[in-house]
Amino acid sequence: MNLDTIPLQAFLIVSSVLFCIGIWGLLNSRNAVRVLMSIELMLNAVNINLMAFSSYIDNNLIQGQVFTIFVITVAAAEAAVGLAILLSLYRNRVTVDMESFNLLKW
Amino acid sequence: MSIAVTTQIICFSVLSLVVIIGALGVILLESIVYSAFLLGGVFMSVAGLYLLLNASFVAAAQVLVYVGAVNVLIIFAIMLVNKKEDLKPINNLKSRRIISTSICLTLLSLLIRVDLSNVWGLADPKMSIGEESTIRIGEHLFSDYLLPFEVASVLLLMAMIGAIVLARRDVMNEDISTGLPVDQELIEKSSEPLLMKNN
Repeated sequence: MNLDTIPLQAFLIVSSVLFCIGIWGLLNSRNAVRVLMSIELMLNAVNINLMAFSSYIDNNLIQGQVFTIFVITVAAAEAAVGLAILLSLYRNRVTVDMESFNLLKW
Repeated sequence: MSIAVTTQIICFSVLSLVVIIGALGVILLESIVYSAFLLGGVFMSVAGLYLLLNASFVAAAQVLVYVGAVNVLIIFAIMLVNKKEDLKPINNLKSRRIISTSICLTLLSLLIRVDLSNVWGLADPKMSIGEESTIRIGEHLFSDYLLPFEVASVLLLMAMIGAIVLARRDVMNEDISTGLPVDQELIEKSSEPLLMKNN
């Protein structure tokens, strides 16, 4: 293997592992704050992917970096609104246990 | 293999180890406060990976927005909702764990297979603009990505107002629907939970 630089696949594998860790945390966390953290992990995995492709495949126009900036913007908005919803839920139910948020269950 | 490449590979290995072990700690540790601080470490390491990819501006934005804003917000939320509670046991926890873990492992093997088997059309490294990426990002944001840029500002405004509206405490003296007086002291502790009837 020709190792004159870090291969693109190394970045892709790191981002894949990070994404799957995020999905596992999203599915298995009981604490609602931890669910939001898992979503942030998944968004970061996507960002690593975009940045790696932008640097290795599109290294002159770097549109992936612009996409990453937009993803960071949306992630910040998502975190703010998500935590506000969490506070309001905590006020109503006095718990952050995901199992007790079954208002939409029919 | 020059010394610069060796340094890059060492940096990449250390950063990706910190990212993956930190992420595992975020989802597996018992204490949510440790998870939040580990999440900050993961964000910093991801910023380091961006620096390895010649993207200094995005690395700075990552540190400012994620570590400086999102992580602090998460820590404040933990502080506000941090109550020791005994979680009710779930009856089919083991089967849930098995199913979700197998789903994640399947997805991981699929992704890694795609990563390794696909032939990526790599560009010529000599075309790379390297350190001028900040200038190029600015050109993009004010020419062909101008509309998304403006929409993002509207989105941030909406998120700000929405977060204020959702997280604000009620200041009315009486409940609108029932007419009963509302306790204006710490609502989180004193008042009866509104939606606990079906449990």
